[in-house]
Amino acid sequence: MRIAVFLSFLLSLASAATTAAYASSAGEVNIYSSRKEDLIRPLLERFSEQTGVRVNLVTGKDDALIQRLVSEGANSPADLLITADAGRLHRAKAAGVLQPVDSATLVAAIPGAYRDPQNHWFGLSLRARPIWYVKDRVDPKALSSYADLADPRWKKRVCVRSSGNIYNQSMLAALIAHDGEEDAFTWAEGLVKNLARKPAGGDRDQIKAAAAGQCDLAIANTYYVGGMLTSADPADRAAAEKLTVFWPDQQGRGVHVNVSGVGLTAAARHKTDAVRLMEFLVSDEAQRWYAESNFEYPVKPGVPWNATLEGFGRFKADDLPMAKLGELNGAAVKLMDRAGWK
Amino acid sequence: MRLAGRPSPWGLGVGALALVLALPVLVVVVNLAEPAGEVWTHLAETVLADYVINSLLLMGGVTAGTLSMGVTTAWLVAMCEFPGRRIFQWALLLPMAMPAYIIAYTYTGLLDVAGPVQTLLRDAFGWSWGDYWFPEVRSLPGAVAMLSLVLYPYVYLLARAAFLEQSAAALEAGRTLGAGPWRGFFTVALPLARPAVITGLSLALMETLADYGTVQYFGVDTFTTGIFRTWFGLGDATAAAQLAAVLLGFVFLLILLERWSRRQSRYHHGGARRRQVPFRLRGTRGGLAAGACLAPLAFGFLIPASQLAVWAWRTGPALVDARFLELMRNSLLLAVGAALMVLLLALIMAYGRRLRPSPLMHAAVNVAGLGYAVPGTVIAIGVMLPFAWLDNTVDGWARAQLGLSTGLLLSGTLFALLFAYAVRFLAVSLQTVEAGLGRIRPSMDDAARSLGRRPWQVLQEIHAPLLGGTLLTALLLVFVDVLKELPATLILRPFNFNTLAVRTYELATDERLADASGAALAIVLAGIVPVVLLSRAIARTGERHAT
Repeated sequence: MRIAVFLSFLLSLASAATTAAYASSAGEVNIYSSRKEDLIRPLLERFSEQTGVRVNLVTGKDDALIQRLVSEGANSPADLLITADAGRLHRAKAAGVLQPVDSATLVAAIPGAYRDPQNHWFGLSLRARPIWYVKDRVDPKALSSYADLADPRWKKRVCVRSSGNIYNQSMLAALIAHDGEEDAFTWAEGLVKNLARKPAGGDRDQIKAAAAGQCDLAIANTYYVGGMLTSADPADRAAAEKLTVFWPDQQGRGVHVNVSGVGLTAAARHKTDAVRLMEFLVSDEAQRWYAESNFEYPVKPGVPWNATLEGFGRFKADDLPMAKLGELNGAAVKLMDRAGWK
Repeated sequence: MRLAGRPSPWGLGVGALALVLALPVLVVVVNLAEPAGEVWTHLAETVLADYVINSLLLMGGVTAGTLSMGVTTAWLVAMCEFPGRRIFQWALLLPMAMPAYIIAYTYTGLLDVAGPVQTLLRDAFGWSWGDYWFPEVRSLPGAVAMLSLVLYPYVYLLARAAFLEQSAAALEAGRTLGAGPWRGFFTVALPLARPAVITGLSLALMETLADYGTVQYFGVDTFTTGIFRTWFGLGDATAAAQLAAVLLGFVFLLILLERWSRRQSRYHHGGARRRQVPFRLRGTRGGLAAGACLAPLAFGFLIPASQLAVWAWRTGPALVDARFLELMRNSLLLAVGAALMVLLLALIMAYGRRLRPSPLMHAAVNVAGLGYAVPGTVIAIGVMLPFAWLDNTVDGWARAQLGLSTGLLLSGTLFALLFAYAVRFLAVSLQTVEAGLGRIRPSMDDAARSLGRRPWQVLQEIHAPLLGGTLLTALLLVFVDVLKELPATLILRPFNFNTLAVRTYELATDERLADASGAALAIVLAGIVPVVLLSRAIARTGERHAT
C-alpha cells in the first residue's frame, strides 16, 4: 500500500516535470543564462509585455550551461545563451553551439570591439574594472596604470580577489594580449608581492577591507561599488564612500572592460523571436535599464548613464577585441598559477 | 543460511541498479584512459601539491572537529543527566540545517576586517588595522571550523543512536567492575559504538571532499577547486575529470575504512534493550556538560541563524512574496521526493547485499555509493552526458524509422535532477540503513527464512519494524541534504524552476549577502521541522526501550 502511494507520488512528480519542461507553442524563446535571474528577468518580462512572446529562463554557471548546450546538441531547447563575460561567449562559439546572426540593428548599436567579428555573439553591457583608492591615505597623483600596481612602493597595500575569478582572468588575458606573456608574468609576480592579504572573498570584500584599513588600493568592478553605495545596509554605504575610483591607463590603452552578452544557439528553434529579443536588449530602454538596475555601462553609445555612474566620471576603455579575452584565458590562468596568485 | 550459486533476482536487480547509479561516476573515470596532457605537467609543477596537502589537512581537521563535538555531545546526551539535556538532544541536530557555504558567508560577514566584531574592537580600543591580532576567517582553519560545525551532527546522530541502542547490560557490567563514566565510555561504550561513529565520520568527510562553496569562498585550494579551475579556467575537461578520478581514490579509501571498521566488530543487539540508568552530573560537572553541548549549538546554529535573521529583518519582509512561496514549494517537493526515492534504493541495495554477500554485490553497492564525495557539478555533468546521449539516440532512431522527432525526453526534466540526487546522496541513506541492518542479528533473518518467509517479507515483517528510527534517520538526512544541494540543481533543473538554494546562491554570489538571507533562513527553517520531528521520534524510541 505504502509503496503504491510512493510510486504515485513519483509519477506525479515526473508528469509535473514533463509538462514544465516543454510547451513548444508559437511565440516563445528559451534562454540559458549565467546572468543572475534578478539581473535579466525584469528585461525579459518587459519584452514579453511588449511582444506577447513568452520567455522561459534557466540560470546557471556559464561553463555548465555551455556543457549542457554541447551535450544536448541539435535537440537543445535553448534559443539564446546569455553570459556575464566575453570569454565564455568565445568559448561557446569555439564549442560550436552558437550561430551567426545577421542583424543591422545589432551591428549598428554595438561598437565593433564589443561583438564577435563573425557575429556569433554580441555584447550587451560593459563592466569596467578600475582601481579604487582610499581617499585619506592615497594621493591619486601617485596612481597611473595597472602596471604601476606591481611597483614595490605599493608593498602590502593592494587588495584583489582570487585568481579563480573570471574578472581577474580576463584582466590578465588583456594584459597578455597587449604586453605579451613575459611582461604579464612579471607584473603578476609583482602584484602578488604587493598584496596586503591572501586573496579571498569577492569584489565587495576588497572594498570593505580597504575601507577598514587592511589595504589602500583595491581592484573591483564598478557595479559592485555602485551596489554598495545604494545598499540598504549603512555599513556598506559607509565603506564604499571611503573609496574613490581611479581610471588607470587613460593616457595609454584605457581601463580594462568586459561585456555581458548574448548569442543565438546553433539549435535555436525560435529564431525569429530570439533575434527580436536580442534586438530589444540593445534598445535605448533596455540599455538604460542595465545602468539603473546594476550600474553597468550601456554598450550602445549615446545612451545616458545614471547619476551614480556619472559620479564615477567618464573614462577611456580598452578597445581590445573581446574575443581575445576568451582566447587567452587558459594562458592567463597558467600564468597566475606560476606567479603564485592564489 | 546463505547460498551462493545461481544468480538470484536480488543479485541481478541490485547489480543493474548499481550499474545505472554508477554511470555518472563511471563517465568521469573513463577519462583516466585518455593520455595525460601537458596540463598535468603544469599542475604538478605549480598547484597540485597544494591541492593534495590542503585536502588532507581539511579532512584531518574535520575529523578532529566532528569527532570531538559529535561523540562528546552524543555521549553526554545519551548517557548523562544534566540541565538542558532534553533540549540539547534535538537542538544539537540544528546545525545540520545550515548549508556550509551559508555559514561561511555569515561568519565572514561577522568576523571579517570590516565586520561588526573587529569594527567594535577598533572603535572600543582606538586601534587601527595591524595593531592587533585577529584570526583570519577565510583560511584553512576557518574552513575546518565551518565544515566541522555543520557536519558534526552526522557523527552525533549516529553515535547517539548507537549509545542508546547499546545493551545497558554491557555498561552495567562495566559499572559493577568499578568503571566510572569515563572508563565506561572509553572501554565499553565507545568501542561498541565505533562502527556508527565511523559511519558518521565517513559521511562528514565525503561531504568535506565534495565541498566547493566554502573552500572556494575562503580561497583554500583543494582538489575540488582544482577540478573547476582546470576545467573552466584552463579549459581542459579531460585533465579535470582525471583530477576528479583521483578524488574518487580518496573516497574509495574512506569507504574501505568504513567497511573494515564495521567488519572488525560484529556486535549485535543483546536481548531486550533497557535504557541505561543515566550518570547524574550535578553542579560544576553539570554546567560543564551543558556548556560542551551549548558551544557547538551556538556556533553552528544560534549565532549564524541570528545574523541571518538580522540581515533578513533589515532587508525587509518585502522578499516574502508569491514567488518566494513557489521557491519553498519547489524545494520541499524535490527534497521529499528525493528522500523517499533514495531510501527505497538504499533499502533494496542494502538488503540485496545482506541476502547475497557476493564479491560482485559488494563491488556494485560500493561503486553506487561513491557519488556522495563527488562534487555536485561533476555528478551533474555525469548525469547530463549519458541522458543527452540517450535522448539524442532515441530521437535519431525515431527520425529515421518513424519520421518524427522525440526531442529531449529526459534531459532538462525533474527526473534527471532526481536521478542526480539519487547518485549523489545514495551513500547517506545506504550507510545509515546498513549500519542499522548491521545491528540486527543475521540469525533473525535465518529464523524467519526457515519459517518460510520470502526475503521481501523478512524485510517487511522483521527488519522494517526494528529499523524504524534508522529509516527515519536516512529519510531526514537525504531530505536536508537535498534542501541544501546547489550545484546539481543549478545545472539540471528545467526552465522557470527555481529553489531556495538557487535563489540564495544567486544573491550571495552577486555579493548581496543581506538580500540572500531571507532565502537562506527559509532553507534553515524548512530543515528544522524534519530535524525536530526526527529527534522527537528517536527520543521516543529511546524512552520506549527504557520502559
